[in-house]
Amino acid sequence: MHCIESGNVAAAYGVKLARAQVIAAYPITPQTPLTEKLSEFVDGGEMQAEYIPVESEHSALAVCIAASSTGVRAFTATSANGLLYMSEQVHWAAGARLPIVMCVVNRGVGAPWTIWNDHQDSISQRDAGWIQVYACDHQQIIDTVIQAFYLAEAVSIPVMVCYDGYLLSHTYMPFDIPEAAQVDHFLPPFKPAYALDPSQPANLNTVTLPDIRPDIRGDLAPGYMEIRHNLHTDLRQAIENVAEIDARFKDTFGRGGCPHVEPYRSDDADFIAVCLGSLSYQLRDVADILRDEGLKTGVCGIRLYRPFPDEAVVDALAKAKGIVVFEKALSYGNQGALCGDIKAALYHSKQRPFVRNYIVGLGGREIKTADLLAAFRASCAQTDDETDTPQWIGLNL
Amino acid sequence: MGHPIFARKKSHSEPGPGDAGKTGSWRVRRPIIDLAICIPAKTNSMACFNCWLYCPDGVITRTIPPTIDYTYCKGCEICAEECPVDAIRMVEETELIKKEL
Repeated sequence: MHCIESGNVAAAYGVKLARAQVIAAYPITPQTPLTEKLSEFVDGGEMQAEYIPVESEHSALAVCIAASSTGVRAFTATSANGLLYMSEQVHWAAGARLPIVMCVVNRGVGAPWTIWNDHQDSISQRDAGWIQVYACDHQQIIDTVIQAFYLAEAVSIPVMVCYDGYLLSHTYMPFDIPEAAQVDHFLPPFKPAYALDPSQPANLNTVTLPDIRPDIRGDLAPGYMEIRHNLHTDLRQAIENVAEIDARFKDTFGRGGCPHVEPYRSDDADFIAVCLGSLSYQLRDVADILRDEGLKTGVCGIRLYRPFPDEAVVDALAKAKGIVVFEKALSYGNQGALCGDIKAALYHSKQRPFVRNYIVGLGGREIKTADLLAAFRASCAQTDDETDTPQWIGLNL
Repeated sequence: MGHPIFARKKSHSEPGPGDAGKTGSWRVRRPIIDLAICIPAKTNSMACFNCWLYCPDGVITRTIPPTIDYTYCKGCEICAEECPVDAIRMVEETELIKKEL
């Protein structure tokens, strides 16, 4: 069924179709309409789920951790400082290997207060051990939410579905709501890897010592380092899972085909703009204009950010002369986090394009297509600039 | 216990003595019950047992007299604090080891 709705509503329909059983969330702008919509679904009997109101984001994810431990499908959503407030539980959910799905409706992080869009919130949690996928439009939001549950449960790792606050969360766009029967076929009920059961008491995630030690039966149990190594190994493996799930999704629903990176006119491009989220669609206009000027330019949106799909990134970028990374986040005192990842991925390729970094749109500062165009054009002309310092677009110092 | 694929990727274990290793080695001071003062020992009745009730590790028995499993007792001193007649004395392990030598 086609409809015209906001990105938050698209996410809510995805959660409903995925038949999440427990939803716990605390309202925070710009995520609020998503959880409001879900509470409407539950209240109206359209969705068979337990909606648990909580007093904070920390509690929201704690509830999801408890629910997921008992073997039910759990969902939460947040933004910005709310995500940071739940950060301790974010790390816990990954270490505990619980397949929770969370929408992060991207917003800048205070101080000073901002409620507007950038990516600093989810980027700040990139090393927590979650899978991070970025959506670029409403169709990708609903499709990614449905796939996220399948992915999380297949690899027993929680998944963040990130999408831009306001630019996607509050704008209206046409998208297709998949048929419930088809989603049920694609995403069968959650069969937990382990579920808490009073008849079979267990210790979960109790304190580990630096070394491994035998359990009460005398068998050596994995210790902290083993469990964390397994998380990393399974995250790396998840790169393939993401591709398989995308292919299955495409078979059923006819959409997808870009599980790791989403290229646009980049096959023969000399210069490729790289970014996360909806910015990559704005950059398509820039690439088109520069193509008309005779510059072979393209765009490569990064959809899967953690685990980082190095191979797909190298395949998409290594043949170019230059890469221009536009970022709505910064590893303060260094460079854009994505830029560092792109450079690391390209380090081993025989032909290494130059990599330039622009910081844009922090705290919702308007990203003007004309500014992107000027920056991209200048980067194509100035290929010998070796600076590692990111340049800022839209600053008024 | 658990899913074959993820069984060893998560931290879960059967509860029971020794799940955290032989934690008695963590102990700095050892609780020793003076049976001449201890209420159940002295009165030969199933009374008091505050030490058993409050022990966070469950290493004290609800018996006459109560006994402490030093293999797992971490020496937290809660039993000594809770004993209403101060029958539990905390003794430096180093002193005891010197005597044992």
